[in-house]
Amino acid sequence: MDGEVFTRIFTDYTLRTVALGTAALGFVSGALGSFAVLRKQALLGDATSHAALPGIAVAFLLTGSKAPLVLVLGAALAGWLGTLAIMTIVGLSRVKYDTALGMILSVFFGVGLVLLTFIQRRPDATQAGLDTYLFGQAATLLDRDVKTIAGLGAIALLAMALLWKELKLLSFDPDFGATLGFPMRGLDIILTSLIVIAIVIGLQAVGVVLMSAMVVAPAAAARQWTDKLGIMVPLAGVFGALSGVTGAVISSSATRMPTGPVIVLCVSAVAVASLLLAPNRGLFPQWLRSRRQRHAVRKEAVLSDLRALEEQHAGEAPGHSAAVLRMMAPNPAGVSPRLQELSDRGWVAKTGSDEWTITEEGLRALEAQLGSGGDER
Amino acid sequence: MPETSRRADANPKADSTAVEVADLTVAYRDKPVLWDIDLSVPMGVLMAIVGPNGAGKTTLIRSILGLVRPTAGQVRILGKPYAKQRRLVGYVPQRGSVDWDFPTTVLDVVIMGRYGELGWIRRPGAAERRAAEEAIEKVGLTDLADRQVGQLSGGQQQRVFLARALVQDSLVYFMDEPFQGVDATTERAIIDILRTLRDEGKAVIVVHHDLQTVEEYFDWVTLLNVQRIASGPVDEVFTDSNLRAAYGGRAALFSRELAEQRERAKGGDGP
Ligand SMILES: Nc1ncnc2c1ncn2[C@@H]1O[C@H](COP(=O)(O)OP(=O)(O)O)[C@@H](O)[C@H]1O
Ligand SMILES: [Mg+2]
Repeated sequence: MDGEVFTRIFTDYTLRTVALGTAALGFVSGALGSFAVLRKQALLGDATSHAALPGIAVAFLLTGSKAPLVLVLGAALAGWLGTLAIMTIVGLSRVKYDTALGMILSVFFGVGLVLLTFIQRRPDATQAGLDTYLFGQAATLLDRDVKTIAGLGAIALLAMALLWKELKLLSFDPDFGATLGFPMRGLDIILTSLIVIAIVIGLQAVGVVLMSAMVVAPAAAARQWTDKLGIMVPLAGVFGALSGVTGAVISSSATRMPTGPVIVLCVSAVAVASLLLAPNRGLFPQWLRSRRQRHAVRKEAVLSDLRALEEQHAGEAPGHSAAVLRMMAPNPAGVSPRLQELSDRGWVAKTGSDEWTITEEGLRALEAQLGSGGDER
Repeated sequence: MPETSRRADANPKADSTAVEVADLTVAYRDKPVLWDIDLSVPMGVLMAIVGPNGAGKTTLIRSILGLVRPTAGQVRILGKPYAKQRRLVGYVPQRGSVDWDFPTTVLDVVIMGRYGELGWIRRPGAAERRAAEEAIEKVGLTDLADRQVGQLSGGQQQRVFLARALVQDSLVYFMDEPFQGVDATTERAIIDILRTLRDEGKAVIVVHHDLQTVEEYFDWVTLLNVQRIASGPVDEVFTDSNLRAAYGGRAALFSRELAEQRERAKGGDGP
């Protein structure tokens, strides 16, 4: 993409509105999505967003209004009902979680599609644009939409910040939390409601079909980079915001293609890059590390090889060629640097041009190493 | 180092009953898991709950703590229902009950033990941090305090949970298999901590799976297999016939091993 598109964010009023709106919804869904991902409820977001569709349709049918607050309220109510229905089905029957989820998702989404089709067949023109809720169209975001997104998002984030320690407890060890007296079921409902808010404010721009990616992908990406919840949550927010803005700007300036798929491509790129490249948990660094470990020649190994040689040749003059040690090591190139390190510690000594012997100190160090046996792990 | 308990005022009389369970019955769907359990545990004891796999040991603890709704029966902690006594109860869940890959550090998890005292919304501060660091030192994890909990060994994770219970600063402790996946050295360290708690007059109730160490570690024992087989001081209750009643066919093996162990112990005492 050429950079001009992005500088237009600052000059073009419409584009700026779109960028602000998608940044806000991306941040909120990324941050709150972290909790859904950590609680292994990633799919719940999918069900919630699909279940929201009939809510949007019904809200429009009842009020005839496309005011963002009205539609978002309808979406939230339906999404929340769908989520509650899943929890109830699982609680009261022997139906498994994923089955209940699939059932609710398809039933609600199906009803939503039927209603949407019905609305679009109506002769009046007021319905124009409701179908953008399927795949999203960030270009349709107006000032009032952005205000709604930002207002509701701020409320959700504030609640999350206030209940930070309770939500952490809920996500890590709900049973322990219950013994402390916190109503974990109530907290579960609060968190679910916050996630519902995060989802419904994104529906206009991202669409019901793909919104769940905004809940899952930024969080999954952020988890790769940090081991602290207090960093993971804002980082997921930033990933979500960046993907949102990038996707929205590309889609609305280039061809007016639906925004949802473009945003999802952006956020997926972030997630894939994180899965592959993040320093500790990334697949590529892990692969590098295991390769290095396989080839690494450990100091202790060189030391114990040297001792073995000395024991075999007891009574002869001390000193063994590094060439022999290299033959004993898994990776010959590693031997010389290790010998140098060992001699710096005074554990081996040079006896000839490249001949080495183990010192008293080296013997003691080796004993200590073997004796301690390392960590219990 | 002077140990000032935050609960010095609440210290109970040694003769008060820590846990009183009456007619407790628990069923999952239609299957009874605990049947008509009566139990009375005094303060100042270190008690093992033993029984075969699936005997209902975990369920017993969870229903005492209000995590499982019993079909019938009452539970009292220091004379009052559990809901009124939460602050006096500490809990070490089974290690496998949480996802250790969660992005949180040792210190962070241990501080959770203070959440109940903090109540809603208030964040942990310096005092909570200090209490947690003290407990972490007691379990010997000071060097690992800032590690993500998934990077610890099983035994170290077990000690994290123990430290979290220690900062709860409770009077009655429930621990579900705290020795699971722990090496011999760590087991010693943990039992020492449990003994210290007992010696401070607290009650420590531990689900335990190793019959060999019951007599060495504990002064009370409850044998459980859906029903309560026996409960009381180890030397009165931990008998071959009770073990056979609790373990059924498998008891023969256990009791023979135990008998041999006792023989050896006696032989070792002699000149
Ligand atoms: N949540 C549950 N739902 C249904 N059955 C359960 C549940 N938890 C435990 N059980 C059953 O209850 C019995 C007792 O389990 P548990 O208390 O975990 O035993 P223990 O801790 O002594 O091994 C087992 O037969 C187990 O299968
Ligand atoms: Mg158990």
